[in-house]
Amino acid sequence: MRDLSGQNHYLSAVRATPFYEKQKAVDLVNTWHRWQGYTVPDVLDNVTVEYFAIRNSASVFDITPMSKYRIKGPDALAFMNRLLPRDMTKLRVGRVGYTVWCDDEGMVIDDGTVFRVAEDEYWLCAQERQLEVLKRNAIGFQIEYAEITDEVAALSFQGPVTCKILKNAGFAGIETMKMFDLRFFDFPDGEIMISRSGYTGDLGYEVWVQNDQAEAIWDTLFEAGKHYDIRAIGGDALEIARVEAGLIAAHVEFSPANETVRPGHAKSPYELGLGWLVKLDKGVVFNGRRALMKEKKNGSRHRFVKLDVEGNKTACNAYLFDKKHGKQIGHVSSTAWAPTAKKNIALGFVDMPHGEIGTEVWAEIYYMKELKWNTRWAKCTVMKDAAWNPPRKTLTPPADF
Amino acid sequence: MKKYDVIVVGAGHNGLTNGAFLAKAGLDVLVIEKNDYIGGATVSRNLHKDWKYSNCSYVCSLFRPEIYRDLNLAKHGLQVVTYNGGFTLTEGGDYLGSYNDHERMRREIYRHSPVDVDAYDRFGTEMAKWCRFIRPMLLRTPPDPTSFKFRDLDELAFLAKKFGELGSKDLHDFMRFFTISVADYLDQFFTSDLVKAHKAGSGIIGTGLGPMSPGSAYVMLHHYMGDVDGSMGAWGFARGGMGSIATALCGAFQEYGGELRTGSGVDKILVTNGRVRGVVLENGDEIQADRVVSNLDAKRTFLQILDPKDAGEKVVKAAKRFKIRGSSGKLNIALNGVPEFPALPKGSRLIHGDFHIVDNMEAYERAYDDWKDGRFSKNPYIDALIPTLTDPTMAPEGKHFMSVFVQYCPPSVNGREWTDELVKEFGDNVIDHIAKYSPNFKDLIEHVEVRTPREIENEAGLTQGNIFHGELTLDQLMFNRPFPGYAQYRGPVNGMYMCGSSTHPGGGVMAAPGANAAREILMDMKLSTTVPEDASDD
Ligand SMILES: Cc1cc2nc3c(=O)[nH]c(=O)nc-3n(C[C@H](O)[C@H](O)[C@H](O)COP(=O)(O)OP(=O)(O)OC[C@H]3O[C@@H](n4cnc5c(N)ncnc54)[C@H](O)[C@@H]3O)c2cc1C
Repeated sequence: MRDLSGQNHYLSAVRATPFYEKQKAVDLVNTWHRWQGYTVPDVLDNVTVEYFAIRNSASVFDITPMSKYRIKGPDALAFMNRLLPRDMTKLRVGRVGYTVWCDDEGMVIDDGTVFRVAEDEYWLCAQERQLEVLKRNAIGFQIEYAEITDEVAALSFQGPVTCKILKNAGFAGIETMKMFDLRFFDFPDGEIMISRSGYTGDLGYEVWVQNDQAEAIWDTLFEAGKHYDIRAIGGDALEIARVEAGLIAAHVEFSPANETVRPGHAKSPYELGLGWLVKLDKGVVFNGRRALMKEKKNGSRHRFVKLDVEGNKTACNAYLFDKKHGKQIGHVSSTAWAPTAKKNIALGFVDMPHGEIGTEVWAEIYYMKELKWNTRWAKCTVMKDAAWNPPRKTLTPPADF
Repeated sequence: MKKYDVIVVGAGHNGLTNGAFLAKAGLDVLVIEKNDYIGGATVSRNLHKDWKYSNCSYVCSLFRPEIYRDLNLAKHGLQVVTYNGGFTLTEGGDYLGSYNDHERMRREIYRHSPVDVDAYDRFGTEMAKWCRFIRPMLLRTPPDPTSFKFRDLDELAFLAKKFGELGSKDLHDFMRFFTISVADYLDQFFTSDLVKAHKAGSGIIGTGLGPMSPGSAYVMLHHYMGDVDGSMGAWGFARGGMGSIATALCGAFQEYGGELRTGSGVDKILVTNGRVRGVVLENGDEIQADRVVSNLDAKRTFLQILDPKDAGEKVVKAAKRFKIRGSSGKLNIALNGVPEFPALPKGSRLIHGDFHIVDNMEAYERAYDDWKDGRFSKNPYIDALIPTLTDPTMAPEGKHFMSVFVQYCPPSVNGREWTDELVKEFGDNVIDHIAKYSPNFKDLIEHVEVRTPREIENEAGLTQGNIFHGELTLDQLMFNRPFPGYAQYRGPVNGMYMCGSSTHPGGGVMAAPGANAAREILMDMKLSTTVPEDASDD
């Protein structure tokens, strides 16, 4: 393989993360895709097996390509409170918060997690690049911001046995970490950060290290988990888990406002089912507040729905209707056969006022069997919760497995 | 004596397009071209041994895909091949590469300025918004805002709806966009002067504006709104040179029964009692037709081939005032090998794309200052390409054709006519300029065709050598092109029409003016249209 480090993109159009060699060593199928300029695996061995590592044992997924930023300075809190619709005064040091941020029209630019690592310092981890968003919003605030995407390597470590494995690895006190806690731990060549967070709706952690510690943390986890079915996984398995967990994805559930060309094609937090993140009355102005107040008052255009789909045909790309052969009221954005919930599920959007919890909508599903297309109408029930939302996600201390 | 339904004056790509759609409708059409060869500024000629040059235009993006498909140009031998990116060389020995591949483009910008990576996406989104607005206009006739005809009201309503669709923020930005300079526009996005310089080139190509002149931002959009195979903003080579476009159009035209006559130009359009009767050629031949369509620019059309008495005082005045300043030159070079650019890393394939010199905005403006002072730019902006790295048909094996578009080059030098010595001086200056970045360049040169506005005017017949048949400023766009009241392709006398780049939507190898004019002519003749509609991006 060519040199995948640095900026030699005239030789290679993709970069390798610091975990590249480790993943390559366990890669049996050679199916990779591009993620923010990096090459990452879709699958390393077998999707089903990798998925069950998430839900049954422990899975290791490379999240290095996530865009990462450090925001520091006396005005760090004020700045974050201005940028984000959440009430950031509530996010204490040592805590992580999921959030979205909006443009002036109240449309979602991106979602991500905020780590309050010190009184005056946050990390922001996002799907899309946000350096310019930080730059534009920093005006008037005493802060410094820096992109640390290429300096921080990260693994998402998810599954019911992950706490046990981290204990085995010697991360003392890990079991006392609550959901959305972050903590620093000693590690050769410098402290590393572990947060109890993830994208699977399950027990799990994210581990943040310097690039030169990447291989060591990988080896540490695999050594400590060697008696369990710890596995490196690719993006395909994670995708099933995130749909099962009812979590949204950029470019799937929403078109990032900054990159959206067509009027009306971006979405607001309310329309993404994320109204709980928006604190209109938090006492300070934040980006998009005026538009969101208006929306709150006048109502939203769409509702995000998690659907339990009748039958066993996934509702891929399906339109949603108010009744069988009825009026088209929305569309499906993500689908999965949920192997743990053992349900046929979908995420999607319907026009208001449709889609209240417990109500029915209908999907017209096209599917193919041996090159022949069939169609079927399926009743879909709007679920209150995600298809998979186990108590162990939040239980502290977690059980060993 | 035979009488044609329509005579088209000029076998530029628009004249041929116009002729093809009219012939397709079953009309008896004659296209008359003054040169022995067709294509106008869309031409490939063999001037040196086995080399073929794209003498004027050199890359394709604006050409309406609907026309390409409808006239079956693939069957008539046209193939447009996308090329990948390019680079801007810096004085310090570095370069900024561009890639069609989004992720690679981002990494390259990151190398120069991380925050501009994000800006680049924001810029791309905004340009896509304006493209989405403007592209559906290309195959439509601009409405006359003063008219109360149903059709004009319909078209105005269409426009209003499109404006209404833009949110208030986008609307504000859009209104500014049409009057702002490309420098000011880029300042809203980028911090790196190099990134700005790389982007700014398309805002000044072919125009008598500098990067800091209001209106130049639109010129950039004019270079962005095209696509190759749906990839917006991408450019490609016509295999065999740009002349293949004219050849293919002519193939379609003739297949539909059209006639072509080359080698003698039209001297005058004959008008009797306010109605077109035919044309008289420079060689004295008179040919009759019910309708005459001019593919020439507005100045040549209304001040040369139409009698001022027929044109009328208002039109003559408007034509005199029409802005059509020559500002570009071109070198077509036969090379014995591939020039080396030490700034590019070994293994880079960027040389297959377009490359530029001018790495900061100030330098652009200085190049423009030279032009305003009546001189060619000492350090010009160049847009250079070596199509033969991609196209196997234009030069002998291992040899290459390099097309070097040069901005700025004035229509006269210090107020005096161009002389052969001055033309050579201009060419040498460009070659010296490139040689500063490519040590082996001069040794590879076998033959050079140097074209200043003088050559472009004399050979292709573009007044002052203006590549767009008139400046692309708001006062000369849409229902103002070429002038208010005459934007619907109809001339001041009955049976007279215009189909060249002086009409909406303007210059470039786009074929839209020719097609739009055909639609109007067929409408006047109460025939059903043969011109395809815009295929829509949404
Ligand atoms: C140097 C240069 C580079 C360019 N580069 C590009 C590029 O890369 N990509 C791009 O899209 N566009 C480019 N353009 C612009 C584009 O080529 C022109 O805008 C377009 O080709 C004009 O087409 P047209 O059919 O409207 O007119 P023309 O091509 O000008 O056609 C007019 C025709 O009328 C003929 N004619 C003139 N007078 C008479 C007469 N009295 N009787 C009969 N015939 C007459 C001419 O000989 C000519 O054939 C460039 C132009 C130039 C000059």
